[in-house]
Amino acid sequence: MKRLSGFAIFAAVCLLLPVIFPDNYYVTVVGLTIFVNVTLAVSLNLLMGYAGQISLGHAAFFGLGAYSSAILTIKYGLNPWLAMIFGAALVLCLSYVLSRPILRLKGHYLAMATLGLGIIVHIFFVQADELTGGPDGISGLPTLSLFGVPIDSDIKWYFVLCSYMLLSVLFSLNIADSRAGRALSAVHGSEIAAQMMGIDTAKVKSYIFVFSALMATIAGSLFAHQQDFVSPESFSFFFSIELVTMVVLGGLGSTFGAVMGAFILSILPEVLIVFEDFEVLIFGLILMVIMIFLPEGLFVSLKNRAAIMLSKRESGS
Amino acid sequence: MDQLLQFLISGLTVGSIYALVALGFSIIYNASDVVNFAQGEFVMIGAMSAIFLMKAGLSYPLAALLAIAITAGVGLALEKFAIEPAKNATVVSTIIITIGASIFLRGAALLIWGKEIYGLPPFTSNNPIKIGNATILPQNLWVMLGTAVTVLAVKYFFDRTKMGKAILACSYNKKAAYLVGINVKKMLLVAYGLSAALGAAAGLLVTPITFMSYGAGVMLGLKGFCAAILGGMGNSMGAVLGGILLGIVETVGAGFISSGYKDAIAFFVILLVLFIKPSGILGKGEAERV
Repeated sequence: MKRLSGFAIFAAVCLLLPVIFPDNYYVTVVGLTIFVNVTLAVSLNLLMGYAGQISLGHAAFFGLGAYSSAILTIKYGLNPWLAMIFGAALVLCLSYVLSRPILRLKGHYLAMATLGLGIIVHIFFVQADELTGGPDGISGLPTLSLFGVPIDSDIKWYFVLCSYMLLSVLFSLNIADSRAGRALSAVHGSEIAAQMMGIDTAKVKSYIFVFSALMATIAGSLFAHQQDFVSPESFSFFFSIELVTMVVLGGLGSTFGAVMGAFILSILPEVLIVFEDFEVLIFGLILMVIMIFLPEGLFVSLKNRAAIMLSKRESGS
Repeated sequence: MDQLLQFLISGLTVGSIYALVALGFSIIYNASDVVNFAQGEFVMIGAMSAIFLMKAGLSYPLAALLAIAITAGVGLALEKFAIEPAKNATVVSTIIITIGASIFLRGAALLIWGKEIYGLPPFTSNNPIKIGNATILPQNLWVMLGTAVTVLAVKYFFDRTKMGKAILACSYNKKAAYLVGINVKKMLLVAYGLSAALGAAAGLLVTPITFMSYGAGVMLGLKGFCAAILGGMGNSMGAVLGGILLGIVETVGAGFISSGYKDAIAFFVILLVLFIKPSGILGKGEAERV
């Protein structure tokens, strides 16, 4: 159980925060954005960090979930949960079909393909206005209810999004320590060596691609209901890049790294509001500086440093 | 038929711009194995610098030359401060570094020049020339001519000059190049400077037609990347061909399908190419090093 003790502390902190600070803006409002971003970063980290496959189009899956929920509930009057399942099924098929040809590509080519996919989906959101409402988006989604309780306040959403986020984190932690996770890191290390060890690398990569996409899709559906509004802006190429930044900032391949990266980047705009015009500049600077000087990411570097300090103290005493 | 001719003319114009951006991509890729996502920002910086130098009272040619020099300087700085310190970075890391650089440059442009959209006057008079029922603007001709001259100059540089050959040598094998006495560090700087200057030239040529703002470089850069892949990554003349092809396909496609989907068509084509022949039209198959 030691393995998950970090997770238990993390979960306890997340769930207790709104109890201790029930009316704090940062907890009940910013917190919701943070949870969505953490979930997305964790899902992207499965693909980028564990399997070593870059994706510059992750926002597309997030958007497909959000739009599926919005369109199916409003235009076709579907039950929100059913709409969410349909959205997930759609993305399941789409990502499975695309996974093989896309993941056969490597490096720059993979970057280009995922980027292209993200941009095509975004353009579809903007252009197919009869279906998607065009640049204005769609608003007025029905309220989601869970076991007969309507989720209609920030605090209720806090617990829903928090639970989903915790589930993703738990899933991600478990996958890392499973047979599949070890196969993934073998693929990350060297695909050819992994094949030599008898790992069906194409299958492993395609599964993780689909999983990662599904996690993002459901996050998208929840996000759409919570915001009560979807528009193409939330799912642009730039958001995909922001997600990559979150993963990289915390440290590729570390679940809590992704959590930390997403937390920092979600809170940053709130803190930097005084430097509004500088936001873009600072954002780019962070990305470069981290990648040049701390390629392992903030969380992993801090963790390693702490480990070194601890071992020094132990040997000293 | 007239419509098709019209599309071809505009396709060739946009394609020329993509070709220049793609050429810049492939020069940097050859020299340093880095795909420079800040390539589009070079186009923007070139154009915006020229616009504001002219506002400051400089003559058009002088402003243009200075703008190219400024952009080349930005290219050198990029290599010096972002690429060189990260020598041993993986492909993913370098992609993220250059994306960071592109966001940084865009942020700087936003601070310096603001959000407004600007244009440049056309190089010469702007009376449309009629060819059958299609029209062509003198600036379209300037774009094509400018691109052709630039591409030939770059080709001459790499084929005939000592420095061009030295850069090529670095792209084949850095260690071997170093051992025969080539200053590899300097060659990398030259490649980034040259690539940035090409971007600036593209910006100067296209701004009289399409206008420019701090964020306009993103799409141009991505399209240039598409073109470079279409032609076969690392193949300079392939990149030029890829750019022109992409411009034509995109314009004709947008003309016959829907202009709103113009960018989607370009990326769709790229996805198809990647799925069918990832090494591009003129590229050779590549083997993975174990």
